[in-house]
Amino acid sequence: MSERSFFKNRWLPYWLLLPQLLITAVFFLWPAGKALLQSVQRQDAWGLNSSFVGLANFFDLFRDDLYLQSFGTTLIFSVAVTLIALAGGLLFAACADFILKGSNAYRSLLMWPYAVAPAIAGALWYFMFNPSLGIIANALEAIGYDWNHALDGGDALLLVIMASAWRQIGYNFLFFLAGLQAVPNSVIEAAAIDGAAPVRRFWAIIFPLLSPITFFLIVLNTVYSFFDTFGVIHATTQGGPIQATSILVYKVYETGFLSQDLGGSAAQSVVLMTMVIALTFIQFRYLGARVHY
Amino acid sequence: MVERTPLLRFLAHLILIVGVVITLFPLWVAFVASTHPIENLISGPFPLLPGNQLVENYSKVLFQGGSSFGRIPATTMMLNSLIMAVGITVGKLVVSFLAAFAIVYFRFPGRNIFFFLIFITLMLPVEVRIVPTYDVVSNVFGPFQALLEATRIDRLLEAVAGIEVDLEWRLLNTYMGLILPIIASATATFLFRQFFQTVPDELVDAARIDGAGPMQFMTRILLPLSRTNIAALSVILFIFGWNQYLWPLLVAQENRLLTVVVGIQRYVNAADSLPVWHEAMALTVLAMLPPVIVVLLLQRLFLKALIDTDK
Repeated sequence: MSERSFFKNRWLPYWLLLPQLLITAVFFLWPAGKALLQSVQRQDAWGLNSSFVGLANFFDLFRDDLYLQSFGTTLIFSVAVTLIALAGGLLFAACADFILKGSNAYRSLLMWPYAVAPAIAGALWYFMFNPSLGIIANALEAIGYDWNHALDGGDALLLVIMASAWRQIGYNFLFFLAGLQAVPNSVIEAAAIDGAAPVRRFWAIIFPLLSPITFFLIVLNTVYSFFDTFGVIHATTQGGPIQATSILVYKVYETGFLSQDLGGSAAQSVVLMTMVIALTFIQFRYLGARVHY
Repeated sequence: MVERTPLLRFLAHLILIVGVVITLFPLWVAFVASTHPIENLISGPFPLLPGNQLVENYSKVLFQGGSSFGRIPATTMMLNSLIMAVGITVGKLVVSFLAAFAIVYFRFPGRNIFFFLIFITLMLPVEVRIVPTYDVVSNVFGPFQALLEATRIDRLLEAVAGIEVDLEWRLLNTYMGLILPIIASATATFLFRQFFQTVPDELVDAARIDGAGPMQFMTRILLPLSRTNIAALSVILFIFGWNQYLWPLLVAQENRLLTVVVGIQRYVNAADSLPVWHEAMALTVLAMLPPVIVVLLLQRLFLKALIDTDK
């Protein structure tokens, strides 16, 4: 941090910080601490007494087949969402950058799903694929595929993946486009003089230059698919059928609010928190100040 | 453009058009469905063009509430969403602006600790600690009460003064409960901090020489300078607030406080005998409209906020 001029006042800075600190303490630090505490406790059915059980909640979790299945589901789900959203965003950004003129119109049309709430994205796709009257489900039936996300776990997972990725493509598109337009023309021209065709130029020169943005987007999309997609799941499949779309964040909600198992839910929270902290750490450690737009 | 490649250009346009179709198609389907009577949707094949029930369907959803649950008019839900989104936007801006000002323009004991405490909130999305956060909202004074009990101050007070300490402040089913916990994230603080660090020192010195105190500097110089940043951030915070889902789902259980994004789930997952997809899609279009319009109208500000906040 640079040397700069400061005001001198003993109490004023504390007053200025107070609102943020109060809200942070009451709604962030306290609940997070309580989650940690609850994760090593077990409560009776009425929530009146709790006893210390050490890591038992965690051991229970990792012996629970449904929880392990949820881990697997989350892995498939978030890798698929991140891959589709990144690949789509990159493809469209590369095309828009190649065209240059007119790409603003494409930009406006492609970015708007980012303004759509994940729950609404879910509802839109859920409707299009509705087995009895959805337009796409009907089309699939016409070509011989019997789509039914209410009964078939694979169909349901595919549905929430598509809805989640659809909403995110425009966001990745914007970042990739900004990155592409920052690539100096001289580099591209030099490669062209050396005889590299546009597609070759893209993979050999331009894409490596985008790697900081790509990495940054991988982290952000992973966080998105882990947490923000709660709305997609809850508004559509509600984790079903038979747990097929029950990703970790949905499971925390289900265990805590529907099954009222506070210790189990808290232990799941702690597992998730550890994952977010790891992701945030990776982001800051390896990204640091290297990404500039 | 380095060379002429008409075939590649054609291909690029083609791919982008396919992308636009995939992007817009769900919206078109929702809009078409919302303009038909339900019979047209059920009997199939699915219509590709709008029907003639636009006014009927929308006015029913907007003013009477749909057929599937509780009959909450969409106007009520949209008003709730609006209050929540504006509350979150204004609250976050004020709280973050003040905090960032303190951190950048003052040196005081504890500054780094406070900064760190705000910083770690970046790592804890509300989704991962929902049960204890819900507990806090059901009694905001719970933490203080627990503190008193842990330190036995409550017993002391009861013994000495005969006062039974039972602090309670319930925020469930209130707008405050919807707004306050969402305000507590740090991204806006970081954005303001970054911006303040680019403001030249000479301005501070000049203000001081002219005899301005810190609050005068803040309101008369820093605030006007931050105009664009505040506007850009407002766009993204409004969308963020409007689109909240998990939190209102838990905190606003009474129908009168239902927000429109949560309301859609009630329609879509209604276990009724009659499907009301035409009404559900009308509500979906209504719920999507405000944030999408904001983005399309204020693209420049939206992009600025997006790229600056990285979020």
